[in-house]
Amino acid sequence: MTQSFRLESGGLINRDKKISFKFNGKNYFGYEGDTLASALIANGVHLIGRSFKYHRPRGFFGAGVDEPYAIVQLYRNGETEPNIKATEQELFEGLEAKSVNCWPSVNFDVGAINNFLKIFLPAGFYYKTFMWPKSFWYKIYEPFIRKAAGLGTASIKHDKERYEHKYEYCDLLITGSGPSGLASAYSAAKNGAKVILAEDKSRFGGTLLTSEVNIGNQSGKEWADSIISELKEMPNVTVKNRSQVFGYYDHNMLVMSERISDHLPKTKKFHPKQRLWYIRAKEVLISSGSIERPIVFGNNDTPGVMLSSAAKEYLKVYGVLVGKKPLVFTNNDSGYETAIEFKKNGIDPIILDTRKEPQSEIIEEAKNMNINIKNSYVVVAAQGYKKVKSADVAKISDNKEELGSIENIECDCICVSGFWTPTIHLASQSGNKTKFNEDIDAFVPGISKQNEKTLGAANGIYTLEETLKDSFEKGNLLSKKITNNDNKFSFPNVVEKKSTVHDKFWCVPLPKGKNYKRFLDFQNDVAVSDIEIALKEGYRSIEHVKRYTTLGMATDQGKTSNLNGLQLVSKIENKVVPAVGHTTFRPPYSPVSIGAIVGREVGKHSKPTRKSPMHSWHEKNNAVFVDAGVWLRPRYYKRGDENLFEASKREAKNVRSNVGVCDVTTLGKIDIKGPDAAELLNRVYTNAWLKLPVGKARYGVMLREDGIVMDDGTTTRISKNHYHMTTTTAQAANVLSHLEYYLQLVWPELNVNVVSTTEQWAGAAIAGPKSREVLKKLFPKSDVTNEGLPFMGYMEGDLFGVKAKIFRISFSGELAYEVNVESDNGYFMWEKIIEAGEEFGIQPYGTEALSTLRIEMGHVAGSELDGRTIPYDNSLEGLLSKKKDFIGKRSLSRKAFAAEDRQKIVGVVPLDKKTSIPEGSHLVKDSNAPLPNPKLGYISASCWSVEHDNPFSLAILKDGKNMIGEKLFVMSPLKNKVIPVEIVSSHYVDPKGERVRS
Amino acid sequence: MLHIKCPHCGLRSQNEFSYGGDATVKRPELGKEISDKDWDNFVYNRKSLRGKHWELWQHLSGCRQWIKVQRDTATHEIFKTLKANEEIS
Repeated sequence: MTQSFRLESGGLINRDKKISFKFNGKNYFGYEGDTLASALIANGVHLIGRSFKYHRPRGFFGAGVDEPYAIVQLYRNGETEPNIKATEQELFEGLEAKSVNCWPSVNFDVGAINNFLKIFLPAGFYYKTFMWPKSFWYKIYEPFIRKAAGLGTASIKHDKERYEHKYEYCDLLITGSGPSGLASAYSAAKNGAKVILAEDKSRFGGTLLTSEVNIGNQSGKEWADSIISELKEMPNVTVKNRSQVFGYYDHNMLVMSERISDHLPKTKKFHPKQRLWYIRAKEVLISSGSIERPIVFGNNDTPGVMLSSAAKEYLKVYGVLVGKKPLVFTNNDSGYETAIEFKKNGIDPIILDTRKEPQSEIIEEAKNMNINIKNSYVVVAAQGYKKVKSADVAKISDNKEELGSIENIECDCICVSGFWTPTIHLASQSGNKTKFNEDIDAFVPGISKQNEKTLGAANGIYTLEETLKDSFEKGNLLSKKITNNDNKFSFPNVVEKKSTVHDKFWCVPLPKGKNYKRFLDFQNDVAVSDIEIALKEGYRSIEHVKRYTTLGMATDQGKTSNLNGLQLVSKIENKVVPAVGHTTFRPPYSPVSIGAIVGREVGKHSKPTRKSPMHSWHEKNNAVFVDAGVWLRPRYYKRGDENLFEASKREAKNVRSNVGVCDVTTLGKIDIKGPDAAELLNRVYTNAWLKLPVGKARYGVMLREDGIVMDDGTTTRISKNHYHMTTTTAQAANVLSHLEYYLQLVWPELNVNVVSTTEQWAGAAIAGPKSREVLKKLFPKSDVTNEGLPFMGYMEGDLFGVKAKIFRISFSGELAYEVNVESDNGYFMWEKIIEAGEEFGIQPYGTEALSTLRIEMGHVAGSELDGRTIPYDNSLEGLLSKKKDFIGKRSLSRKAFAAEDRQKIVGVVPLDKKTSIPEGSHLVKDSNAPLPNPKLGYISASCWSVEHDNPFSLAILKDGKNMIGEKLFVMSPLKNKVIPVEIVSSHYVDPKGERVRS
Repeated sequence: MLHIKCPHCGLRSQNEFSYGGDATVKRPELGKEISDKDWDNFVYNRKSLRGKHWELWQHLSGCRQWIKVQRDTATHEIFKTLKANEEIS
């Protein structure tokens, strides 16, 4: 294909570098510096997709972020991405794109039948039609609507690209590199402020790239280039293109997405695709410019109808004609600038101006160039289906209500200008109270809530001279406040053509007998008639009208439609626009990829992975790991083709009959020091702590103030004022915060320090009847007999030259010890234990066997201490001191906590002694009772008892104290299981606790 | 994201802190008799204020100190921050 709409010369593209790309399977060529949109238009392609609801043909409407139509499915380097704006996507070699929302093809689209059924698809159509029968929704209506209404398709493949996050601080963040952004950045930078200048597009300069102005003795573009290159050289300035500041959050934090590789055929090695910047700025200058708004007329969505500023941008930046017979339809002078550019390139445009006799320098220039100008004229309707072929035009009366006779003018594009809407999104997101500016029929920022100021066109200032002056000044002023420098410089002389006032006209009345669709929202197909219906049906608030009609809710978020929607509502309601008010602006300003938001925190990087010092030993010995909080713990050690069940049974059995060793490094450890340490423990734990002797450990339970069990563990008195506390793996961080809370805020008079030592110690639990034999070999110089180191005793030992702490504590219920050494020696300790234990048949055991051992022993853990149980529920009431007060004690006298039939922990055994009981199942009295079957309790933990060789579970059961011996049913609706069970004591093994003391 | 001035470390981002509730609630003295109603007020009942609110935050990923922060719950404006041992005035 030839680029038949490309001019011979001109534009900012690199004509020396041809780029080939594919659209809907066809090959085309463009140039380096093109967007997908400009390259397609250059090739005469105007049909891009189908509209959301009616499947009407869609072309190009804008040339940038405001684009409502040209959304494509992009293919790049074996990946695909949906809903990319062709007007933003830069062309790269090998780019492939496809239309979305059309089937089977963009030229012949089945859904377009909706266009002929549109009388049946008014506002609120989905709400009204697909309600009944209810059962049809999931199976019939929803899938149909999704297929018909969907935009692009998200890839289901893992995204191999890398996305990064960056945190940055600066004095001034400036959003947009048009005249106001450049001027303010320059004066602030000269004052030495740390400046970040962000530009959404690939080229810096904003409107300076397309307007015919002079600054000093340079053209607008030359001036922009020189300022940018000077800024880039300054060490205190960061200049970023392809970077959009899309969100303004609390305390002057803004988020920017930088598209680093999207314009390249392939991301470079070690480069991210996109980078998300979190920027905390002392001051923010919003220089986001303005977006041209359309005038509403019949069939104004036909491909070929586009913004006049976009037509000018395609011409001046890309050297592309959007049409060869252009009609310019305008209510202000901007349309003339576009017409003049056409004329300069040998194309004869016709201008239809809604104004009667406007006069200005720009209009004068157009007249001098012999451009055909028709005053008091409007476009009534565009004609043509897949592309504009002609326009029905008419004279309009002075009161803008009566149309003259319709004439038809042949044309291939209609460039519309309905004046300019300031881009106030960021200002509004910051909390700025916007105000309506009558002169420009649009909202502008009003009272600031945060440290932001809006400059230039975004603030409704449309002359270059005023914009530059104001921006230089603001940049200087704000930076001066921060750096105390005041760099004076002379203000450049500005040459620009003066324009005159615009006409407040925005919507062409329908001619008699015609009911052309006049669209407000081009992506969501919201027409004037839809808003009218919504108001007729009683919707008043603009927020409700928006949701009912979906006005402004498409991916472009109504950048070209919202204000015209407001105009219409205010006209029907006979209110002024500010009384209707605008809908809330929310981040993001424009869609941001999920990848950028997630950053590098994906998969195993979503949280840190903590490994014990013995991790590599476990790996070498076929451990299968499980996530325990952020820790990786061996779940079991696989031998041969054992499964989880078989392996954990073997490991647990070996503990009961010989000896096992378990890595318990992950247990939370808190070092407590100070003269009041015992007093702190006495207040935090429910039992008595003041008389614990040095060299002894004690089991303790701590409550929250509401009486619920928070955590349990053993604490050991190392020396007079030094204690070593252990917590459960999961609660380690919370317990430390809990202690700090009381020490810092509630009892600051206590002289105690607490610090986490979880990572400083490696721990191994050696458990089983032969564990003492192993210990003797490990610590030949120490007296580890039952007398030398009794149950709950503590001593320090010498493990082949390594200092070790030995605790005689037990979670498994067997004779057991826990040995701690400094983390660096953990691997050494572990190897020595395995070595010493070999002759006694030692086996490592994982968390699954650990659970089995504690469950059949009736020792509570996280599944019982789940934030809903009090000490009594866990049979821990014996640990409640009657003599002293402690955290949460007062709550235990609440009526429900003291109830006679209060829930309590019990053991559960299936009557058939075979069927495993799913955790989380409910306990009921009658398995055949009608639903909802009253629940008496729930299964908190299940195992296969290795002692009794049958399934055993723990449950929290109502009136558990009196239920021992009862026959109940376990019901698991999830697993569709009903199991008859008997309630037994929770202490299924060694109920007297003799083994731990043996 | 809030920017909180830790009285020990200076201005830091919110994600270094964790929220700790109303700073004006005082724990009843240990061992002292207290009515059910007063105890419930201490444990459960909190006002959901719109406007200025003294609250506790812990500088979890920093100095680990609990601090008092006066924040407007509607606008997120932070007026003042105090160390744990400084009285709210």
